[in-house]
Amino acid sequence: MFAKTMLGATALCLTAGLNVSVALAAGDQVNIYSARQERLIRPLLDRFSAETGIEVNLVTGAADALLKRLEAEGRNSPADIFITTDAGRLHRAKAAGVLQAVKSTTLTDAIPAAYRDPDGYWYGLSLRARPIMYAKGRVDPSQLSTYEDLANAKWKGRICIRSSNNVYNQSLVASLIVADGRGQTEAWLKGLVANFARPPAGGDRDQIKAAAAGQCDIAIANTYYLGGMLNATEAAQRQAASKIGVFWPNQEGRGAHVNVSGAGMTKAANHTAAALKLLEFFVSKPAQQWYAEANYEYPVRPSVTWSATVLSWGKFKADPVNLAKLGELNAEAVRLMDRAGWR
Amino acid sequence: MSRWRFNELRRYLPRPWTALVFAVALLLALPVLTVMSFVLHPAGAVWRHLVQTVLAGYVLNSLALMLGVAFGALVIGVSTAWLTTLCRFPGRTTFEWILLLPLAMPAYIIAYTYTGMLDFAGPVQSTLRTWFDWQSGDYWFPQIRSLGGAVCMLSLVLYPYVYLLARAAFLEQSVHAIDVSRALGCGPWQSFYRVSLPAARPAIMAGLSLALMETLADYGTVQYFGVSTFTTGIFRTWFGLGDSGAAAQLAAVMMLFVFALIVIERRSRRRARYYHIESRTRPLPAYTLRGWRAGTALIACALPFALGFLLPSSQLLLWSLQTAAETVDAHFLRLAINTLALAAGTALLAVLLSLLMAYGRRLSESVAAAFAVRLAGMGYAVPGVVIAVGVMLPFTWFDNTIDAWMRLHLGISTGLLLSGSLFMLMFAYMVRFLAVALQTVEAGLGKVTRSMDEVARSLGYRSLSVIGKVHVPIMRASLLTAVMLVFVDVMKELPATLILRPFNFNTLAIRAYELASDERLADSSTAALAIVLVGVIPVVVLSLSIARSRRRALGQARLEEPLAVAP
Repeated sequence: MFAKTMLGATALCLTAGLNVSVALAAGDQVNIYSARQERLIRPLLDRFSAETGIEVNLVTGAADALLKRLEAEGRNSPADIFITTDAGRLHRAKAAGVLQAVKSTTLTDAIPAAYRDPDGYWYGLSLRARPIMYAKGRVDPSQLSTYEDLANAKWKGRICIRSSNNVYNQSLVASLIVADGRGQTEAWLKGLVANFARPPAGGDRDQIKAAAAGQCDIAIANTYYLGGMLNATEAAQRQAASKIGVFWPNQEGRGAHVNVSGAGMTKAANHTAAALKLLEFFVSKPAQQWYAEANYEYPVRPSVTWSATVLSWGKFKADPVNLAKLGELNAEAVRLMDRAGWR
Repeated sequence: MSRWRFNELRRYLPRPWTALVFAVALLLALPVLTVMSFVLHPAGAVWRHLVQTVLAGYVLNSLALMLGVAFGALVIGVSTAWLTTLCRFPGRTTFEWILLLPLAMPAYIIAYTYTGMLDFAGPVQSTLRTWFDWQSGDYWFPQIRSLGGAVCMLSLVLYPYVYLLARAAFLEQSVHAIDVSRALGCGPWQSFYRVSLPAARPAIMAGLSLALMETLADYGTVQYFGVSTFTTGIFRTWFGLGDSGAAAQLAAVMMLFVFALIVIERRSRRRARYYHIESRTRPLPAYTLRGWRAGTALIACALPFALGFLLPSSQLLLWSLQTAAETVDAHFLRLAINTLALAAGTALLAVLLSLLMAYGRRLSESVAAAFAVRLAGMGYAVPGVVIAVGVMLPFTWFDNTIDAWMRLHLGISTGLLLSGSLFMLMFAYMVRFLAVALQTVEAGLGKVTRSMDEVARSLGYRSLSVIGKVHVPIMRASLLTAVMLVFVDVMKELPATLILRPFNFNTLAIRAYELASDERLADSSTAALAIVLVGVIPVVVLSLSIARSRRRALGQARLEEPLAVAP
């Protein structure tokens, strides 16, 4: 009796949940695996559906895990488009053979060459910069110069940065390996770790908050976190962010480190025409504006105007290294960080 | 001759129950075995690198974390269980059930909220700095994002496992044994240490091993606190270093921990079977506490509740009031329904399966069946992402093989049949959470003496009806507990849900995580609060229903009592 009731209840719960998947009916559609959060992409997808009548289905999640899913599903994968928030993972997806090359002059005209795969396997959709941030008043910006200089003993106990588990730090270190070579990067890492104000913990916003509150003087963080804080509903966040200045490092040399959020078409794609249409829609001017502004990022399309928040940090020179190269050096970067004791 | 052979053969063939248990266990062990099979991949260079640089840290941190949580969960869980069961003090009946509430609080969410409050930039330290005009470095304040902080966070949300099972054991203990111990001159404390605690040990160990397995599998908290444990190491090796072989070898080392835990737990209860069912239930003797004793008991029970539930939920509520207007939209109800349906369905299924397993194991004394049951429960200590990948690979292999065969022979493509469906997701939950249900159901089944089984069988009941007629009524509270534990666990589960869910399917945990991972704690608070509130419902229902069944039993006992003592 008890068992029967339980079985019945189980079946009921299952049917209640199952009706979601029925929505995946025929008709023109695009299926997306996205490492970019739903909040930062769904509104744009809704607009796309309204304009074209193409239905968009979405699964969001961690990039590495979604990539594993793509690999495992192979040629039967329902996904048409794979979106990530860094170029390293896009490179990994290309290397894993789950993406296909796309040729479109709309895309190549809109996106500068450094921010897309040379063979057309993936395209950057927005830029994310990782400059040096400093506590106004406690740091004279003229003291700052390059990423390399952060290993200088004058910054001892003054730097906040998150764990080396984070892919943004891994990409940054990879860009130093390209610029300075392995040996120098390892020495630099040891110097940087020695200058940490505290053991790395938390996310980028936590570093910014710690710098604002006085636990350290310098934070390394992506600018959109600062943008989010400047526009937050909480007064405390806005107040903390207002105490922070942005310094663009390496402007005399290669430029500040940037990464992209981007997308590629999967090899298994069943809806190639609709998927291409969506990719092209992403780089259209209005979409670019929304895509970048929703998260205080930089539009990848040069002609699109920046949001007021982003403009306030000024123009800067970006490191022109091909992002695919950073993806290749990612594992090397992790090994160096392990050796330097950056946890 | 042939007849003899057939009989001989039958003795060696598994009985149907054993075979079924074995088949289910093997199926559930498949994901863990899949991941383990990567151990065979060559990973020499990366493995050497890990051993040289970070492995010792992973081992030490994981050990320290487990020891710390074991201590915290035992102290809080056992003491509150003892106080609420055998002592009388103001507020006791309320504490009985609110002490369970921290169970509804996901560990990563409590970590986020405490960090928001106690971090250097948080309100507490900022206020202290303004009051005393301190600067950074002028004063000492415990660093919340540290190993110690992680121990506190995990202890606060995991002690209810120990509390729940310890309390059940204290409630069921023999009144006579206590009476005898008191008559022999034991004081209340002595009687606790020498009679109640040893008798409750299997249950306490079962609760503790659940808490520790969850500690090992935790990723969200240690990741956020920057504590390098096996879990963060596995992630880093797999994704950062891109080496699944070395990651699996790390996972294999971690599994040794789990095996050690299981062995210790088994050994501790092997010496004796603990049966203490009385023919008549008499109310337990109660120590009425007054004055400072009552005050101490009150504080001892109020503190875990306040720190593990009240304070963090108030912070969530506060944040939620600020942001709800923006974060609550039309999809919110859908999220809640998805979460509820998934959690309830999985919980019921998990209890059915663990009944099957526990019972099968009880029927056949075979070592193989016992091993199979342990194997099926291993998933609980494995991080969700590892389970998810372990589930994904065999499922997609199965789908793609069928598809390839159909394409080859029939010219049609079947595509993915099971992958990306809710079925696969629920299977992953089963792998991950069966241990929770299994532990609880087994603990309940332990109350049914073997002679009861034998009597029922000798009265002509088939094994299946013995479950329905004898076991289920006796184990009702244990079964409900199992349903509730799995329900709450599924609600809080994140990594596997994130990877395996179908298109356009979201849950409250996913909504909370997406915002929290972007460090938008205030924005994530409404979803987090919803998880907590929905999680509270089964906890309350359960404690009410357990209380009711006890009261009914006591009522009967009281009716019988006058007769019993009548001359």
